[in-house]
Amino acid sequence: MNAPNIEYGMLGPILIVLAAALIGVLIEAFVSSRYRYILQTGTAFAAIALAFLQLVLIRNTSSKAAVSSMSIDGVAIVLQGSVLIFGFLGLLLIAERGFQSFTAQAAAIPGSNEEQKALVSGLQQTEVFPLTLFAISGAMLFPAANDLLTLFVSLEVLSLPLYLMAGLSQRRRLLSQEAALKYFLLGAFSSAFFLFGSAFIYGQAGSTTFDGIRKSIVESGGSDQFLLVGLALLTVGLLFKVSAAPFHAWTPDVYQGSPTPVTAFMAAVTKVAAFGAAIRIYYFAVGGLVWSWRPILIAISIATMAIGTVIAIAQKDVKRVLAYSAIAHSGFLLTGIIALSKDGLNATLIYLFTYGFTTIGTFAIVTLVRDSGGEVSDLNRWVGLGKRSPLVAGTFTLFLLGLAGIPLTSGFVGKFAIFTAAYKSGNISVVVAGVLASAIAAFFYIRIIVMMYFSDPVEDGTSVVIPSAMTAATIAICAVATLVMGIYPQPVISAINSLAFFAG
Amino acid sequence: MNSLTILGLLPLVGSAALFLLPKGSDLLAKQVALGVSIVVAIAGLGMAFSFDRSATGFQFVEKHQWIPAFGINYALGVDGISLLLILLALVLTPIVILACWHEAEGGRWSVKNFFGLILILETMIVGVFAATDIFLFYVFFEAMLIPVYFLIGGYGTGARAAAAVKFLLYSLFGGLLMLASIIGLYVISGNQLSAPTFDINALSQLSIDPVTQRILFLGFFIAFAIKAPLWPFHTWLPDAARAATPGTSVLLLGVLDKVGTYGMIRFCLSLFPEASKEFGPTIIVLSLISIFYGAFLAIAQGTSSGDGNIKALISYTSISHFGFITLGIFAFTEQSHSGATLYMINHGFSTAALFLIAGWMISRRKSERISDFGGLQRVTPIMAWSFFIAGMSSLALPGLSSFVSEFLVLVGTFARYPIPAIIGTIGIIFAALYILIPVQRALHGPTTPGNENLTDLTLREKVSIAPVIAVIIFFGFYPQPLLDVINPAASATLSALQITGITGGK
Repeated sequence: MNAPNIEYGMLGPILIVLAAALIGVLIEAFVSSRYRYILQTGTAFAAIALAFLQLVLIRNTSSKAAVSSMSIDGVAIVLQGSVLIFGFLGLLLIAERGFQSFTAQAAAIPGSNEEQKALVSGLQQTEVFPLTLFAISGAMLFPAANDLLTLFVSLEVLSLPLYLMAGLSQRRRLLSQEAALKYFLLGAFSSAFFLFGSAFIYGQAGSTTFDGIRKSIVESGGSDQFLLVGLALLTVGLLFKVSAAPFHAWTPDVYQGSPTPVTAFMAAVTKVAAFGAAIRIYYFAVGGLVWSWRPILIAISIATMAIGTVIAIAQKDVKRVLAYSAIAHSGFLLTGIIALSKDGLNATLIYLFTYGFTTIGTFAIVTLVRDSGGEVSDLNRWVGLGKRSPLVAGTFTLFLLGLAGIPLTSGFVGKFAIFTAAYKSGNISVVVAGVLASAIAAFFYIRIIVMMYFSDPVEDGTSVVIPSAMTAATIAICAVATLVMGIYPQPVISAINSLAFFAG
Repeated sequence: MNSLTILGLLPLVGSAALFLLPKGSDLLAKQVALGVSIVVAIAGLGMAFSFDRSATGFQFVEKHQWIPAFGINYALGVDGISLLLILLALVLTPIVILACWHEAEGGRWSVKNFFGLILILETMIVGVFAATDIFLFYVFFEAMLIPVYFLIGGYGTGARAAAAVKFLLYSLFGGLLMLASIIGLYVISGNQLSAPTFDINALSQLSIDPVTQRILFLGFFIAFAIKAPLWPFHTWLPDAARAATPGTSVLLLGVLDKVGTYGMIRFCLSLFPEASKEFGPTIIVLSLISIFYGAFLAIAQGTSSGDGNIKALISYTSISHFGFITLGIFAFTEQSHSGATLYMINHGFSTAALFLIAGWMISRRKSERISDFGGLQRVTPIMAWSFFIAGMSSLALPGLSSFVSEFLVLVGTFARYPIPAIIGTIGIIFAALYILIPVQRALHGPTTPGNENLTDLTLREKVSIAPVIAVIIFFGFYPQPLLDVINPAASATLSALQITGITGGK
């Protein structure tokens, strides 16, 4: 038996990031703490740059790789590119000077002497960098996986580091650890569902590759109960990752408890990866079962929009508001999958690309609003921010308008594209629901703007820190992207339209 | 670049210059804003003279690809209706800036930002009326809300934040319904034409099945009815008008709300002729309700012994007037259409006069309550007489501009719907009441305590109100120049509707 042929060039971007993650582990183990930070950041940024370069080189590839377990095609390349860009921006936030968001020693018990000692002596651990790189590599693998087992492995490579990273917060550590535990337990459940579903599908289709599943659906007519049961269970696993209702419950707690840079990273990267994988499954693998899954996804999409927008109104914590907003956006994104057309595919990719910038920018601003103890995410203390720091409030307003999908921001382009695709496919109900949900969503985004601008500041020690170059760069990039893709989206749209094809 | 683009860009450039001015240079900011807006107004008037009145269709057309992936163009053009509405905005803006010289000083933010926002708004208004691509129209329609939101919330009085949010949410909600309809139209155009488009002319050629047409019509109509504001979509208006500064109110009621009635003519009628005819009678009933509802509430403000609010009164009169406009639009006769369009212009000027003078009265008396005023005619004769003329125009006294338009609307409506026209005519009686009662209480009679030392209009105020009064009187006697521009556009709209028996009774 010959050894399987591995296309190293096509897998290059993923392999580079993975290798850098492993190097990061070694650095953490063997390099003196004085040089760790600089080495870790250097490795991470270099790896992302190299991986992106390699991705650009292979941009016109469209074929299966690694014995058909991967599919490196236009869709995968767009998604991997998005993941790398958002991963880069997330890393910039994570690497912020002074490392204020992260606990010095994650293993220390909250409030214990050890923790104090680690903090005082400046024994800052930097394991968050290799963890982030592992998550990025998982996120790149996830939308390119062409096999249920590869998909599962990449899901775990993506998720496990995130569970840990959620618990690294320096401030309110108990909340952070609770978030990590919740995320882990629920994530484990969903993984189990996912695996269970894969087993059913394998039992019916006789293959774990997407091509095999696709073929067997065509041959069997897709009426097999086990296939449907398997797909239902698989859907649960995926919907958990994209935080669609009713599997969204972890989202607000995890978003709130995680260190904000991690939240930013997670919000953008996980969404891209999970929707990327979902779109490959629903469009490519089980596209033949559309009459079975479409009604369910429609119901879930509408429920997700409704829950996300309505509950967000009652939130008092800015990170929780943004978490519910992320849930609502999952509902909008699902309409792109429901469309099941080339337009839907384009629109979903455009939406993900625009959404990532806006959401990272939003969380980046959250990291700036602080008091003596750390970040202030209580909305009542954001009151009057417009008076105190007009620039920060103005940029935050731009991001919120982007999330609300107001014209001339990138959010509107994404929303327009995705609703048009859904309408074209005849699914007008989700469009109407989406429009109504957008109206409700506008309310809570605007509420924050009102708080920032139309109320007088209260002197309670809340202030905006001057960002270092890294956070400032992140915010600037995200703001420019939100604005430019809102005013002149054509280059991005045509690039995505021309790339986004599945390898047959 | 074409003239419309330049016209739209000028105020934007001006506002950018304002934002760049150093802190504290308030006077300079005001002068720059006034200068820019006067230049824009002159440029606009100059453009109007090269407008070909005999031609139908859009003029000053320009078209550039914007987002070819969606078939979206940056396409501008004006016909008679949109040209006049743009001119209304361009003329009123410098007047508002001059009239509200000190208005921004009590605001949350700096004075230069106030005038910067007004100039941005001017750009948006030019864009919204000139857009001939529905997507572009939608973009301006929504983007326009943001400067108004900050103008109300940042510089208003009383519950300004709440009023600003209410205004924004109502408008956004309507806008989103319209977005759904726009998407629907776009998809239908993709099915029927070689490529999907947002071009108004191309979209009006589509044949849409009746059910879809009704649904899409409603998406547009509700958005415009909220803007206009038509009963029962009006509830944001009194709050906004009460909270906004007089200058903002002038732009909001005088110009911005015309986007609603303009949109009904431009989009509802020309894109969905069948649905428009079907919903016509219903909308006429809503219009009649608006006429009376607005009038009654205005009378209630005027007669209230305690806290009848003068700004609220004017905003209620506007609801009544918008009722007349929609009545004229959906009566589908040439006269009623010309009248409705003329009404939009005249209402713009007479409301502007009312709000500006009311604003000066309020800032002098430090009260918005009608009952606090009395006998102003003795103390401040010029202010009182100006208010009187504006009020008379508002109740459509013959010889003042509103009379012509109201007359045309009612005569035109009578040709098709005699009974609604008669009912509408009764509305005029109430109009007389809601104007004459406050005029009598505030201006005539003995000067009540607190009003003895009020000062009359300053030179700046006289200069700013004089052109408005002049316009009201001039077009009252000689409306023909306006009608010459309006009539071809109105008959073009109606011929697109293919309505038979347009004039001369049943």
